[in-house]
Amino acid sequence: MNNSKNMIKYDRAKRNKRLNKISIPAEIIINIILGAFCLLCVIPFIFVIIISFTSENSIRENGFSFIPAEWSLQAYEFVFELGDQLWRSYFNSFYITILGTLLSVLICVLYSYALFRTDFKYRKFFTFFCFFTMLFGGGLAPTYVVSKQLLGLSDNYSAMIVPALLSPFNVIIMRTFFQTSIPTELIEAAAIDGSGEYNTLFRIVTPIAKPGIATVALLYALAYWNDWYLAMLYVKDASKIPLQYLLMQTQNSVDYLLKNSSQIGAGVVKELSKLPQDSLRMALVVLIVIPIACAYPFFQRYIISGLTVGSVKG
Amino acid sequence: MPKALNTAKAPSKGFAKRKKNLILLSMVAPGAIWLILLRYIPMFGIVIAFKDYKFYSKNPTFINNIIHSDWVGLKNFEFLFTTTDSWVMIRNTIGYNMLWIGLGLVISVAFALMLNEITNKFVAKAHQTLMFFPYFLSWIVVSYFVMAFLDPTRGLLPHLFKDWGLEPVNWYQDPKPWPLILTISNLLKNTGYSTILYLAAITGIDKSQYEAAAIDGATRWKQIIYITIPCIKPMIAVLLIMNLGKVFNSDFGLFFTVPKNSGPLFPTTQTIDTYVHRAIFATGSMGMSAAASLLQNIVGFVFLMGANTIVRKIDEDSSLF
Repeated sequence: MNNSKNMIKYDRAKRNKRLNKISIPAEIIINIILGAFCLLCVIPFIFVIIISFTSENSIRENGFSFIPAEWSLQAYEFVFELGDQLWRSYFNSFYITILGTLLSVLICVLYSYALFRTDFKYRKFFTFFCFFTMLFGGGLAPTYVVSKQLLGLSDNYSAMIVPALLSPFNVIIMRTFFQTSIPTELIEAAAIDGSGEYNTLFRIVTPIAKPGIATVALLYALAYWNDWYLAMLYVKDASKIPLQYLLMQTQNSVDYLLKNSSQIGAGVVKELSKLPQDSLRMALVVLIVIPIACAYPFFQRYIISGLTVGSVKG
Repeated sequence: MPKALNTAKAPSKGFAKRKKNLILLSMVAPGAIWLILLRYIPMFGIVIAFKDYKFYSKNPTFINNIIHSDWVGLKNFEFLFTTTDSWVMIRNTIGYNMLWIGLGLVISVAFALMLNEITNKFVAKAHQTLMFFPYFLSWIVVSYFVMAFLDPTRGLLPHLFKDWGLEPVNWYQDPKPWPLILTISNLLKNTGYSTILYLAAITGIDKSQYEAAAIDGATRWKQIIYITIPCIKPMIAVLLIMNLGKVFNSDFGLFFTVPKNSGPLFPTTQTIDTYVHRAIFATGSMGMSAAASLLQNIVGFVFLMGANTIVRKIDEDSSLF
């Protein structure tokens, strides 16, 4: 009896702890508002998933619908049968993302490490040299012509990697990360012990700066994975295009998907007439978003920490 | 003894210093070479803006093309200020930017404040995760999302309109609803990002300030106005400056892919960036494209400096540089 009375007292004290919190109804309202916005953010994706599993007949009759009359795996069957181009593009996207990210991170770490070193004689110059390009640039026309004619970026993988190799914003993030996590004394101590500059960077600094490097690597990887613009500018060859650009092409005609099909011939023409156009497009979207959706919960944390570090002070 | 050591080391110290600087230079080198090739050399290409850029038929390399094109002075810029096309694209660029800077600021600060008030950390985390998700999708993917709702033959809205007996709207032909469509797309994709930035600034505020205020009898609302908002003011200022610096730029992906490159929609979807792109690849007018880019750069630079100066006048600590 006494015990339960105490419990009630304790409960009351706990409720009073809300003193410096908003009232419960207010919190419910807040949750409803935020929940509604979150729903709006994910509903389009769910809608596209539903469409990709809808049979073509049902789309023809009722249009896209959240509750399809008839479910079907048609679209995915087609993708797995005739989707050579899709797998090719999958490979391209992974190839570009992995190679590009590795190179970008290396360049970024080297550049920002030098900018972080206060005893580097030309530090101010190279800081300006990099950040000035955020404020001023040549514009699309000269950049396009220089890349294509001078650097030969046309119809090759490097056309989709080289133009995105360096991002001044990521250099800011990386440099800020070094500044906040690496004490200068550590580098001085390493130098006194006879460690070379590269040795200090890769053996001592890099292990400490791992979270920062992970952030920058993720930002670069996302940029490479989501890029379609460079492919649109420089690449015509269907065997080299990445997923995002494939998706852009199929918006006009789904036939593009069959470009690299191994079953070219009479069979394809027959298949073409049965192509589940609409659900097939949406199935492509689903297949492209899935890698991101799967990895997202894991990399979210790093991105958040990186963005907050990078934007607090440029 | 230490003195002797110092003097003995003196000559080699200068050498060591030079060596260290050289090694650090070698670290900067890859990035610097990239910057020269892909950022600084194209800057010289700005001269195209003052030329009637033509292909030099004998040896059409970029440099030859530039050398052999005629100077036309400011003719390319004249176009930018005299035609209605250019008025439309400048109006769209600035209009959308201003609207979205304002809306984005209010909504994301409000969301960040709300997220901070949620007592259940798991729920707050779930909200944050869901609203950040669209930020990681490309505009191509988003354009498919929009198409799922608006497609004239299959889309959800045309079918609903038919069921409700409303007059059908041809979404990809009628420019009128597009300011709203673009605004919704942009807000859904980018609000999560800025909300998280503001939330990080809010969680960094010293908790004891709130406790002190609570003891003095300040309501939660008062605490938000007198503690939270003043504390995140620098963050607001920095993001505002950066956004104002980009007031002449637009998100190319959004304006190019979401309206599916549809001509009739240009009155409300054409921006300077999409114009720059189309001028090169659709109409082949390099000069005008370069002129538009240059104007974009200069105005952006002026806006950035201006915004920074104003912020510095109001509150020195909040300015970017």
